[in-house]
Amino acid sequence: MSDSASEWPLWEVFVRSRQGLSHKHVGSLHAPDAEMAIQNARDVYTRRQEGRSLWVVRSTDIVASSPDETGELFDPANDKVYRHPTFYPVPDAVENM
Amino acid sequence: MAESETIAAPTPAHEAQMQASLIDYLLYLGDSNLILSHRLSEWCGHGPVLEEDIALTNIALDLIGQARLLLACAGEMEGQGRTEDTLAYKRDVTEFRNLLLVEEPNGDFAVTITRQFLFSAWGYELFSWLTHSKDAGLAAIAAKSLKEVTYHRRHAGEWMIRLGDGTAESKTRVQAALDDLWIFTDEMFQGLPSDAALIDAGIIPDPDSLRPGWDAMVDRVLVEAMLSKPAPDFRRDGGRLGRHSEALGFILADMQFLPRAYPDASW
Repeated sequence: MSDSASEWPLWEVFVRSRQGLSHKHVGSLHAPDAEMAIQNARDVYTRRQEGRSLWVVRSTDIVASSPDETGELFDPANDKVYRHPTFYPVPDAVENM
Repeated sequence: MAESETIAAPTPAHEAQMQASLIDYLLYLGDSNLILSHRLSEWCGHGPVLEEDIALTNIALDLIGQARLLLACAGEMEGQGRTEDTLAYKRDVTEFRNLLLVEEPNGDFAVTITRQFLFSAWGYELFSWLTHSKDAGLAAIAAKSLKEVTYHRRHAGEWMIRLGDGTAESKTRVQAALDDLWIFTDEMFQGLPSDAALIDAGIIPDPDSLRPGWDAMVDRVLVEAMLSKPAPDFRRDGGRLGRHSEALGFILADMQFLPRAYPDASW
């Protein structure tokens, strides 16, 4: 594989499966532009009928939370169990929750 | 013309002739797909980037799937017990009916992409027509293949644009590939005298009728790619008559070695 591959930007690939309601992150790939990224995503990630829809996003366009902030961002939710809807009996008439 | 001639029912001899012509046509399409599939499979593990390696071998798999259907159909129609494997692995060079274009060596990536684009643009026109063929088997194969070929044309076309409108080196290479391969494109729009009855019966298209659609697609992509359309003063043809370049012998030596050396091998 040539060095030029490393000059192509990285893209994150999201696939919506046949029955799925939302796109899920499946991995990444290199491509020179958006159109080729879609084509490559089709070839690399949907060869076995995994998907019905594709999204590609430039990896550099994704803003991620910092691992250093994990504590302050997520730990405070730990001790607020009343936020979970576990204290309500579900009526029988409600089939799917 | 006497009335008895215009309403004459097809004779058994006429029908046998039609069937022989159709078998020859199926071999022509099947072999063209088979040989191009083999050429693309040579890229497996050697693609310029991982993503393209997978794309080229995906296309090779599509083409071998189409070749199997076409060759199996030819063998069945022939009725002499030849399967798609017998036809692929037990015939010699002069019995192959493929276009000369598809046996051309892979060259660099630009040659492979250019060959694919010229072929897939033709395949798109051909299979679009064949979905309405009066032969139900051929129409069914065409309907399945058309979706695949549409993608192949798109993939190769997008690359033509990027190579032509890319760097100075990519432009030089893809223009050279176009100039080298253009001499093989006329063959796609030629037919044999034996095709006439099939064309009249609405089973296969008049090959020349595919040219306007092909021209329009190729022109559009070449303009966007900023490439110039070659105008060579000679052409090469004869693949359908079994007159092949030396390249096909090397392909068959590679492709047919195992089944010929170990006729009962299975896996």
